This record gives sequence, C-alpha cells and structure tokens, in this order.
Amino acid sequence: MPSPSRTLFDKVWDAHVVTPEREDAPALIYVDLHLIHEVTSPQAFAELDARSLSVRRPDLTYATLDHSTPTTPRAAGARPVYASAAARHQVETMEANCRRHAIRLAGWDSADRGIVHVIGPELGLTQPGQTIVCGDSHTSTHGAFGALAFGIGTTEVGHVLATQCLLQRKPKTMRVHVDGELRVGVGAKDLIVAIIAELGAGGAAGHVIEYAGPAIEALSMEERMTVCNMSIEAGARAGMIAPDETTFRYLQGRAHAPKGAAFEAAKARWAQLRSDAGAVFDAEVRLDASRLAPMITWGDSPDMAAPVDSSPPAPSTARMTEALAYMGFKPGEALMGEKIDAVFIGSCTNARLSDLREAASVMAGRCVKPGVRMLVVPGSEAVKRAAEAEGLDAIFRTAGAEWREPGCSMCIAMNGDSGRPGELIVSTSNRNFAGRQGQGVRTVLASPATAAASAVAGAIADPRRILEASHAQ
Amino acid sequence: MRNEPILTVTAPAFTLPDANVDTDQIIPARFLTTTERGALGGACFHDWRFHGDGSKKDHRLNDIPHGEVRILVAGHNFGCGSSREHAPWALKDFGFRAVVTTRAADIFRSNALKNGLVICEIDEASHAALMDRDGLEMTIDVAAGQIIAGNITARFVLDRFARTCLIEGVDPMGYILAQGEAIARFEADRAA
Repeated sequence: MPSPSRTLFDKVWDAHVVTPEREDAPALIYVDLHLIHEVTSPQAFAELDARSLSVRRPDLTYATLDHSTPTTPRAAGARPVYASAAARHQVETMEANCRRHAIRLAGWDSADRGIVHVIGPELGLTQPGQTIVCGDSHTSTHGAFGALAFGIGTTEVGHVLATQCLLQRKPKTMRVHVDGELRVGVGAKDLIVAIIAELGAGGAAGHVIEYAGPAIEALSMEERMTVCNMSIEAGARAGMIAPDETTFRYLQGRAHAPKGAAFEAAKARWAQLRSDAGAVFDAEVRLDASRLAPMITWGDSPDMAAPVDSSPPAPSTARMTEALAYMGFKPGEALMGEKIDAVFIGSCTNARLSDLREAASVMAGRCVKPGVRMLVVPGSEAVKRAAEAEGLDAIFRTAGAEWREPGCSMCIAMNGDSGRPGELIVSTSNRNFAGRQGQGVRTVLASPATAAASAVAGAIADPRRILEASHAQ
Repeated sequence: MRNEPILTVTAPAFTLPDANVDTDQIIPARFLTTTERGALGGACFHDWRFHGDGSKKDHRLNDIPHGEVRILVAGHNFGCGSSREHAPWALKDFGFRAVVTTRAADIFRSNALKNGLVICEIDEASHAALMDRDGLEMTIDVAAGQIIAGNITARFVLDRFARTCLIEGVDPMGYILAQGEAIARFEADRAA
C-alpha cells in the first residue's frame, strides 16, 4: 500500500504517467513542454526524417537560438556574424526544422529570443505542475515553478518530438531544507554553490531535489531559478520548489500564462502542489542560510567551492591536487586578491534582470580595472530591453564593460566568446570545468555581486565591502 | 527497426581513475556545432590529447593505435555535467565500447546505453582491482551482468529494459511508438 502522503515530485510524476513502470520497463511519462535549441536537436530531427515521422505536438514544442549564436552588438536588422560556418549552418538547420514542422521559434527577428531557460519562465510557458524537458542539463531551472524539469539527450529529444513521451525510471527524492536568512552580499548563487559543496558533484545523483524552508520561501522567482538551475552540478536529476504566492504573482500576466478566470482556476490547482506533511524523502539535508558567506570555486568542479574570504583546502585526493595545479591556487593562501583577466556576467544561472541589477549596484560609479575584460550578456531580448530601460547598460558601459546581445556566450564558449589559455575568469555561469570557457582557461564561479566587485578590483574580491557600505547609506 | 544486438564486449582495459570526469572533458563544447552523428572520434578527450596549436600532448590516450577498441575503466561519477549526447558518440567513435565505473552520471548513462555504449557500474573493490589492469583484456557479458578480467569477476546490474535493448537490439523509439494508443488515451483524458 503506497503512503498516502506524497512529495511535490510524486504529485507531478503521478499526473504524467502514461504507462506505469514495471520491472522490465520504465514508465512512459508525458511531456507538457518541450524546449529545443540548435545544438542538441539537429540529429533528432534527422532521426525523425529517416523514419518518416512527424512532430506529434508542435504546439507543446518551443524553440530558441542561444548556444551557437554570436553576442557581438549589431545594427538593427543586420544579420549576425557567426564564429564559424558550422555555427551558422547549425542555426539555419534549426530555423529550417522549425519551419518544416510548424514549431514556434524565437528566432533572430523575435523580441522573445534568449537563453532557453530564461525565456521559458519569462513567456509564461513554464508553469507549476508541468513536465518540462530540453536537450540541456540546466533544464532543472524550470523546477523553480514546481515543474518537474530535466535535461535529456538528443535521442530522447527525438522520442519527445515523435511521441511527446519519454521512458523514465522514477527517481529518488531528496529534500534540502534551508533555515535562516541570507545576509547582505550573500545571494541565491552563493546558497546553491554552498549546497553543491556540501553534497558533492555526484551527491544528489539519481535524486530529484526539493528545496524547502524559510530561506527558500523568501527567495524571488529569479533567485529560485538560480538555485534550481545548478541542481545538476550536484548530480541531481532535477530541482523543484513548491509554488506559492511569489510564483503566482510572477506568472500573472505573462504571455502564455492562463488569463482571467482560467488563471484563478489554475492558481487553485497549483496551490495543491506541495509536499504533504507526512511525505517521506529518500534523503534529507539541512543548511542554515544565515551562516553563509559569498561563495567562489577554487577548483575545476562546481563542488570545489569555499567562502570568498577563505583559501582552498589542503588536498586529500589526487583529483584535488590536479585541480589546484590547474587553477594555480595554493592551499592555505587567500583566494581574494588573485589577479584576474576577465569577468563574465551572464548564463542561464545569472543573466536575469535582478542579476544585472545586483552587478550594476556594485559597478555604479566605479570602473573595471584597466587590463580586465568584462562581458555583460543579458539572458534574453526582454532582459536586455528591461535593463536598458532602467539604464543598467549605461552603468556597465561607463564602467568599461562590454554590453552584448543575449545568448549563452562565455558559459559554454562555443559561439566565439571565450578566454585565452591560462586566463583567470570570474564568471556568474554554472560550470568551472577545465577548458569550459576556452582551452586552458581557468574559471572561478561567483555571484553577480562578487563578479562585479572582482571586475572593479581586478582581482577576486568580496562584494560585501561595497554592498554593506551602500546598504548603510 | 532493430539495432545490432550486443551480447559481449571483449577488449583491453584503458584506465582513467579520476573522479567526476565531466562531458566537457570527453568532448569540448566547441565541437558541438556539428549537425551530424559520427566522425567525433578526433574530438574525444581533445584537450587532454592536444595542445592549443594542435600538436599532441604526452597523454596515454594518444598511445592507443588508431582503429583499436578499448573498454574504459573510469572513476566515480563519470560523465557528469552537460547532457550532450556527443559525449557517448565521441567515446564510441574513438573506439570505446563500454565504460566500467562505480557510478556513471544519470544523463550520460541514459545517453550511452541508447547508443550501444555499455555501462557497467560495479562495487569499489572490484573497480580498484580492474584499475590495476590497464592494457589487459577483459570481457563483459551483458546478459549475465558479469565482467571477467583475469581472475577477477565483477557483477553489475543493468536496468532490465536497457539490458533488453542491448542484447535483443530493441529500438526504444519503436517501443514508444507501439504505445501510441495509450498516449492518445492519455491526451484525450486530459482534454476531457
């Protein structure tokens, strides 16, 4: 007899089972929203063609261009200049596939284009209780709305295009309960990096995480997205947060969200999407937000992280020794003050309006240290417009930063935006893997505030000194 | 449609003990602009094998003769990070036929098994023993869930469905398409 108390995850899962799981076969799960982009979809469309299959639900599919796309500023109406012929061909393949299969595409001429995990929520496509998949591991971002959202491979992209379904074994559940209150200068990015450091890079493997507790409830939707976004860096299948008034307020009035009476009806349904009081999780982790400092990474895996005002630990494994050697950091030596070459503010982790505001609040009236390159890449056309409307672009430009067109940019560095070998880059993105931002490039993950403070100092810096001063005024 | 059944894999071991080897190491993102499958062997572990100027690094991966197959004995949480299916494609194109580890990352495991790259997750003691057998032949019996290497026998449990797909060559797309009626019923029930 199954327990009558269910987790948030159980409720969403149960509502999407087409065929139940058996020992000899996974469950068949229905997908409510399939997001696609140019990098992980072309071979899936080719597979459909080879089998003479069509897209079952183009109306539940939404495409954007973000990974291979250039972010260099261009005049209105001008065609983008790609880093390579292959990148251009990939984008044109996406455009052609969308035309052929009648799939909505936020393309070059669209005011909605942007990073797939930024625009889904922005457009109200992402809604509580949905199953959402994309050929991209940061699909977990959408879990911030109480959706079950996860990354899939290209073969599975093909399965969803053709059948709107996926074969899945039911994952385990983990609750990460966060008490307390984040202090000034400590944000959602610091919180999730601290959680990853606690769990380890594979610590949540096989699990769907539910983030809960007062510190999570206090977060805005954009902050919740930052938290859920990096669930995969702890190996989790997905991350989720129960929808509440904050969620409903965010969704009301969004282009694809229900309207009027339908919105009220949806809200009543969405309000049921929370873990029951007696729900049992396979694993439980607790953290106190009020103890956290701004976090940065010192190694080449996101779990190799420490407070910005500390130093890397003494290595206890060969892997840690290699990571420190790659980064050029020494155990026991302060991370703060390490000279940097570049700063990247962007990515599906930290390129929303609140992230740009956070960075701008540090940059205002200050300059990027001469010799340091700083790229600010808004997450979407909408973020770019909103930021420009309130003058954030002017703050960045005046400080000496580059204000770019939306895209994944230096997070994945496959569009021509990359660092040079040996460079040390403070980045608001999600992965500090060796070579992630260019061969031989060393990446330090940080919050927008820490990245901005570092740009000003020309070295790894603690944003609290600047933020506490302005907070006191 | 049926895939080529995979019953056993026999090849020399190639050991990579590092934990948390991410898919960016397996294939750097700049090689992902392809719209094709195949021909990714050259990009496999590219930045471990080559300098920025294209010259070869001194890495054991460069000692594997072109065209030879290997079984990769890898560290814990192998294939973490990005969901790129290009990672198992590159490993297969390079010549790897199976990955033996204590745990493969979830998305990577799923992608690999769909491409006939056998994933064997084994206990730590057997894994440590196999790590000492670089270059020595081993045999994976997919149906039996068993690895035999010298006097070492290690057991692994594959998901039942993934195992059926491998040993009988079942095509998962065809399997899902065959459930078209259930899918239509689910859609109709929700619309009601």
